[in-house]
Amino acid sequence: MSVEIDTSAFTEEAYELLSELEDSLLELEENPTDMDLIGRVFRAMHTIKGSGAMFGFDEVAEFTHDVETVFDKAREGAIPVTKELIDLTLAARDQIRSILDEAGGGDPSDKDNAQRIILGLRALLPGSETSSDSPANEEPVLEDAEEELEGGLHTFRIRFKPDANIFMTGTNPLLLVEEIMELGSTKIIGISDSIPPLAEMDPEQCHTNWEVFLTTDQGEEAIKDVFIFVEDECDLNIRRIDREEDVDDQADVKRLGDLLVERGDIDKDTLESITNPLGDRLVQAGLVSKGQVDAALTEQKVVKEKQATNKVREQAASVRVPSDKLDQLVDLVGELVTVQARLNQTAHSEANHDLQLIAEEVERLTSELRDNTMSIRMLAIGTTFNKFKRLVRDLSKELGKQIELTTSGADTELDKTVIDQLNDPLVHIIRNSIDHGVEGPEERKALGKEAAGTVHLSAEHSGASVLIRITDDGAGLDANRLRTKAIEKGQLPADLEITDKEAYQLIFGAGFSTAAKITNVSGRGVGMDVVRKSIDALRGSVDVDSELGKGTSITLKLPLTLAIIEGLLVQIHDEYFVLPLAAVEECVELTRTDVANTHGRQVINVRGHIVPYIRLRERFDIGGHPPDVEQIVISEVEGQQMGFVVDHVIGQHQTVIKSLGKGFKHPDEFSGATILGDGTVALIIDLSKMVRLAERQELTGTNG
Amino acid sequence: MAKTIMTVDDSSSVRQMVSITLKSAGYTVVEGVDGQDALTKLKASPVDMVITDLNMPNMDGITLIRNLRALPAFKFTPIVMLTTESQASRKQEGKSAGATGWIVKPFKPDQLLTVIKKVLR
Repeated sequence: MSVEIDTSAFTEEAYELLSELEDSLLELEENPTDMDLIGRVFRAMHTIKGSGAMFGFDEVAEFTHDVETVFDKAREGAIPVTKELIDLTLAARDQIRSILDEAGGGDPSDKDNAQRIILGLRALLPGSETSSDSPANEEPVLEDAEEELEGGLHTFRIRFKPDANIFMTGTNPLLLVEEIMELGSTKIIGISDSIPPLAEMDPEQCHTNWEVFLTTDQGEEAIKDVFIFVEDECDLNIRRIDREEDVDDQADVKRLGDLLVERGDIDKDTLESITNPLGDRLVQAGLVSKGQVDAALTEQKVVKEKQATNKVREQAASVRVPSDKLDQLVDLVGELVTVQARLNQTAHSEANHDLQLIAEEVERLTSELRDNTMSIRMLAIGTTFNKFKRLVRDLSKELGKQIELTTSGADTELDKTVIDQLNDPLVHIIRNSIDHGVEGPEERKALGKEAAGTVHLSAEHSGASVLIRITDDGAGLDANRLRTKAIEKGQLPADLEITDKEAYQLIFGAGFSTAAKITNVSGRGVGMDVVRKSIDALRGSVDVDSELGKGTSITLKLPLTLAIIEGLLVQIHDEYFVLPLAAVEECVELTRTDVANTHGRQVINVRGHIVPYIRLRERFDIGGHPPDVEQIVISEVEGQQMGFVVDHVIGQHQTVIKSLGKGFKHPDEFSGATILGDGTVALIIDLSKMVRLAERQELTGTNG
Repeated sequence: MAKTIMTVDDSSSVRQMVSITLKSAGYTVVEGVDGQDALTKLKASPVDMVITDLNMPNMDGITLIRNLRALPAFKFTPIVMLTTESQASRKQEGKSAGATGWIVKPFKPDQLLTVIKKVLR
């Protein structure tokens, strides 16, 4: 960096000093032995010189230097203050003034005069002592000492052993070690052997010394410069260790040893057991110092320790924890989220600004804690996927089919609990695909398909959900056959028109099997209804897509986690409910006019789409009167839109799910409950169950 | 928090230069016009580092360093002395008094900062 300095500060002060100098000199002429006066003259000169040089007034500095030198002698009593000295000094003072005048735009100063004054002053000095104190000799001999470096990097070993008393001069040896670190890449060994036991230790003394291995493009002088203030207060040994002559026998032996280990002739332990005594022998033979061996061994130790530390760190990168401990943690976080909601609510109702700030901070921390805790339980689904490879292989062999299982998105993460509970439904779906979906090789060939069929398992994130898809390239579902079968079984009124998509959903009906014949694999009384139940339990949904002759695709939409969901808090009269936000699409208003226009049919036109809705007030027998303008929460459940009419939509709510007992009136329609900030309980509505219940009642002619 | 450094010099221009240099590097600076003034001020409120001239009226730099080192608050404080090349012999005197290091006058602002970095962090 460079600093802009205003030189006027110097010139002003210099003029001031010069007039003081004049006064002092005249006074000194009267009292030539007054040391105070001599000191004053000297300091004036000294300051003019020092600051002159700093502010770039080199001519002033140079000239004043000689005058100062002479006066220093007078100060030391080496020369007397004579009239001649006073005359010359006064002349010098005038000369300085004229140099300053010149710099300020005045007449040029008389260089010859300057020379005469200097010569006159020097003549006053005994012998030629002046020269020994000249700046030229004081110049550090950096250039001479600097070795001719062949460029590139060199490695130095620096032994730095500060005196025990080094702290007494305000020196922090660590700063010097750090300064060395800035010169290149370093390996630093702090040698603490001489630290006495705590009881005997004087904390004001330095007991540590350092050995630094420095690889740098700088020369030895740059290293010495670091220690310039402490060169008399430490043992300092700097040695270049990468040159030929520095490579000692020990290193050669090590290379040979390494080679032998590489070739498998000896093992590493044997080599080490030999190397150590070798060090001792070398010391005894006087080839290397004990310190060299120690340092080498210390370095080896440090490297080993470092490797060990790295290993520990790698191991620490993952920790196995019993999953129930994680469950407890999640429970606690859940409680915390609830308390935080209460804190928030209290803070806002109290209108206490400080409390609100605290609540906000707690909210931030809670949500971070929640996310982190949840992420701990996240596992990649890949291992589950792999388990199915065996299943597919065994099943296809048993059924005489050729089926290949392919997977994608194996690294998709979801809650461990979800993964655990997903296993059975997946097994069931895959069994179904292999048994009913994918045709045998002959049949496939006849249909112009490849002999080998494919079942593809995929996982992907979609917002707060995970989509798991099982796709086969088999026969596909026959919507007409499904309809016929449902009518036969009395599960579907014969005159009811349903779409293909709705027909596919029929496979999830209890006891509904499309298998023409019962095989060993499926049709053991366990149908897809079990799959639906399991997925419902996970607050997920199942969607089926199929094309006759081309294949079937079953999509499971699952929440990332089970413990906490983002919900939409709604109100009907004085009751609160939570709708899972993942299923919510939008909220629209329902006015009396809208209701009148549809003549009592519970549908609303949302931008050209007719969306049926369910009045939650009627559904749950809640009293009170609806407001003039009600709200409809439009959600998408199992591929179809459905509205839920409520009085008010309060907003997004982070919901900790508490399970419900069996004693509730509508337990099927609720997946749980949550506790609001003020302690009120809000039920969490299971939207897909609600829709299915409503459909069933509609199909069977009953009214909610 | 910014470190506070005291610059002690009887020359106002040197003080100003040291001060501007230090402030531009983010340090807080207090000034002393001589050793006596500095000692009085430092006793009242210690600093992180002292940069002192050697030749000053009332109390010179070496005496200031000796006095500061005798105070518990300044036992380990970095104290750097400003010397000129003609005062080589005084470096040792300063070190004996307890100076951490020295800066040879004249110096450039960058050199001053380099030295501070060596002793203060």
